[in-house]
Amino acid sequence: MSDGKLVPVPNYRVGDRVTVRKAYPLGHIRTPYYIRGHTGVVERVCGAFPNPEELAQQRDGLPAQPLYRVRFRQEDLWPGYRGANADVLELEIYQHWLE
Amino acid sequence: MKPGAGRYEPYSYFQLMEVSLRELLVDKGIVTEDAIAGAVRAMRERGPERGAAMVARAWVDEAYKARLLADGSRAAEELGFEVPGLKLIVVENTPQTHNAIVCTLCSCYPRVLLGLPPEWYKSRPYRSRMVREPRKVLAEFGLKLPAKTAIRVHDSNADMRYMVLPMRPAGTDGWDAARLAMMVSRDCLIGVAVPQLPKKSKTRKSR
Amino acid sequence: MGGLPAGKVRRTEHAYDEWELRVDAMMVLLTGIAGGKKRMTVDELRKNIESLPPADYDRLGYYDRWIASLTQTMIQRGVITTDELARKMEQVANRGQAPISRRRRKDRR
Repeated sequence: MSDGKLVPVPNYRVGDRVTVRKAYPLGHIRTPYYIRGHTGVVERVCGAFPNPEELAQQRDGLPAQPLYRVRFRQEDLWPGYRGANADVLELEIYQHWLE
Repeated sequence: MKPGAGRYEPYSYFQLMEVSLRELLVDKGIVTEDAIAGAVRAMRERGPERGAAMVARAWVDEAYKARLLADGSRAAEELGFEVPGLKLIVVENTPQTHNAIVCTLCSCYPRVLLGLPPEWYKSRPYRSRMVREPRKVLAEFGLKLPAKTAIRVHDSNADMRYMVLPMRPAGTDGWDAARLAMMVSRDCLIGVAVPQLPKKSKTRKSR
Repeated sequence: MGGLPAGKVRRTEHAYDEWELRVDAMMVLLTGIAGGKKRMTVDELRKNIESLPPADYDRLGYYDRWIASLTQTMIQRGVITTDELARKMEQVANRGQAPISRRRRKDRR
């Protein structure tokens, strides 16, 4: 499932540990504040899509950026998290936000 | 808005804006009143029936279930549902794992399969708390999960949209897909409820 | 706003007002979701909602924010001008009134 003329080869694969960059630029960003700086595991490679940060500014967002579903342990995200040890949170992160 | 039908109050600023934008766009040939009316009708009529039908089919057909979990949009189209632009991921509840959906950034939702989202889904409390204390939020919805069931929360923050495939309740052997679908409410597909057997005394319309 | 403290979830259900459904319809048509010419992206819709002052974001209803954002986007895209909007709003305001809204003010979030 991909949009855009160029389909880049994704940098990461399922199972890779990835960290979300800790940056706070202006503009429309689809990486929530609460996840920046945290480390998780790639659960799925969703495909590549035009960059929403650019689409929001009336540009075409190309080349398409790989999008990943990344799984985080809740206990890693929230101090004092009360729930099962196996509780997780999964969200989609664009490649340029991962390192 | 038929003159004389019902009571009137002055336009709110935003109602005024809606009328104004619409008329400007129609005047300029950008949209037509018919197209707007058609889209309004489509959303008014849409409830969670499509999502429920997909779940029920998955419950009676293991091969369809596998396809549903592999590619949700394709599985929707297989049942004849037009889902332009939808990139659907279906997540399966098991005895070990319960799934729930939220969109913290705005209120993304698979509207084409579930209809318009409920007010609470779009609200600040749900969007803020569901990622951080899902157990507590689910308990407020009346859903208490065993301590050892893991909760898997999906924040629908980018291009994908999500739907939960709940577990089929016990005591439904031999039921056909249509009958099974009636147990699958919108809230089951979001993950804040699980399907219940209808009470024997009378039929209950569950939300 | 994920992870920030907030109160209990109020499980309000309501029927949408006609004008709200029309806002929704305009979004569907302008973003080209249901076929037809794409005049804007959902990303611009979201960006313009996010750009609302925080006090307004909380105070305004969901579709209030949407119509503000759609209108802003159409101005940014040059589909309409601010002057055209101002004149049309004056014209409409002088003309008539809306059927009474079904929901109470405090339910509109």
